[in-house]
Amino acid sequence: MSKKWLSILLVIMLAFTLTACGDNEAAKNSSLDAVKKRGKLVAGVRYDVNLFGFKDPSDGKVKGFEIDMMKELAKRLLGSEKKLELKEVTSKTRIPLLENGDVDIVASTMTITEERKQQLNFSHVYFMAGQSLLVKKSSNIKGIKDLRGKVVMTAKGATSGLVLKKLDPSIKLKEYENYADSFTALKSGKGDAVTTDDSILMGMQSQAPKEFKIVGGYFTQEPYGLGLAKGNKEMTTYVNKFLKDIKKDGTYKKLYIKWFKKSPPKDIPEEAVQKVLKK
Amino acid sequence: MGSFSLLAAYKQEFIDGFLTTLSASLLALVLSLAIGTIIACCRLSQVKPLEWIGTVYVEFFRNTPLVIQVFFFAMGLPSLGWNISEFSAGAIGLSIYTGAFIAEAFRAGIQSVSKGQMEASRSSGMTYFQSMRYIILPQAFKIVIPPLGNQCVNLVKNSSVLAIIAGGDLLYAADAVSSQTFEINMTYIFVALLYLVITLPLSFGVNLLERRLARHS
Repeated sequence: MSKKWLSILLVIMLAFTLTACGDNEAAKNSSLDAVKKRGKLVAGVRYDVNLFGFKDPSDGKVKGFEIDMMKELAKRLLGSEKKLELKEVTSKTRIPLLENGDVDIVASTMTITEERKQQLNFSHVYFMAGQSLLVKKSSNIKGIKDLRGKVVMTAKGATSGLVLKKLDPSIKLKEYENYADSFTALKSGKGDAVTTDDSILMGMQSQAPKEFKIVGGYFTQEPYGLGLAKGNKEMTTYVNKFLKDIKKDGTYKKLYIKWFKKSPPKDIPEEAVQKVLKK
Repeated sequence: MGSFSLLAAYKQEFIDGFLTTLSASLLALVLSLAIGTIIACCRLSQVKPLEWIGTVYVEFFRNTPLVIQVFFFAMGLPSLGWNISEFSAGAIGLSIYTGAFIAEAFRAGIQSVSKGQMEASRSSGMTYFQSMRYIILPQAFKIVIPPLGNQCVNLVKNSSVLAIIAGGDLLYAADAVSSQTFEINMTYIFVALLYLVITLPLSFGVNLLERRLARHS
């Protein structure tokens, strides 16, 4: 009896493991040729991050800096921005979706880290953010030093929580499904601060500027890169060339000003990884 | 398969998650049995307003998603000024939701005992409560065991809603570990096995109880 159960269990596990061995498959599915042949670019983007990728409740359209960039990529690669298909990803789902080949490219405020580099290919840096804190206006938290023993909220799969834990292990973390939920939790007083990249926090704060403030300055450097399947060399090269092109011909600057109301900084490096700045 | 060893580094997360899932389930089980009993009595009551309360309760909580209920307790109540912990919000949500199903199981069980039984016991001099206690409920109990077992197992699995309100349960631990190790399949398979550690004995226990009771009748 017990042997029978064990073998059933093993078969189930094996089935799960087999599906996990799809690395090369994903790279092939999303190769430059495959995308061209298909005539459709599937991009994984956020629906919950204001200014980057946000589903506007008033008209149901997904808008943002990253969305516009993906439209531009589809236009240059396939001739029309209509050939872009958007798929919602969260911090939790984006890497599995890329690994499975469900999306060709991920543009989702993803920081380039050494750990993630083992899992996927990154393009050159297209945005430089820094981790910061969002608190209620009435809060007396001014920076990391004031977070001792406090409850800080963030999204699952993001690196922000781990960074804080490293800086001060006494901080209690609560991780929600997405940034919108962490913001809701802050509103309902489930914790003292939300932490993630300032660019995302700015989007939240702009929804209720009278009630919330961003404090603490940068305590990390968060270079954003577009994510591609591991081993998908041609596509990575193409995307890097695309980033160079839009920077050269002014498209990048135009989009940056459209969303962030200021010119892009001139000193964004091509290659960078997440760095914790000592405070 | 070697990647299972990767998970060993996160032993503490899994232990914490397991204990949270276990205690939330146990607490919710006790509460939902109490709620279920009270609501079933309401539904069977001859007093009309009580019957209505019972019906409204069952139909409302049985027919709305658990996720929404738990989200309301975790996020909605605090914004109204009543701050409860994630654990309490999860346990209360689970109790109220499961209570509706248990009430229906109890009601069906009691009603399935034929009316003649109650009439016979009443005419042989027992009071209403005596007839319930000695004649109706023991028979109803046997009928109720299998659906009750189902609800218990569902309750344990449903406790995974704690993960979306940062409740620190098993699934929450799995989310955290998988995003750090990138071992998605391994982590979730492992956690599924941990759920089985709770639910399988529960299933077997209910089956055993069912057979025991059948033998005695």
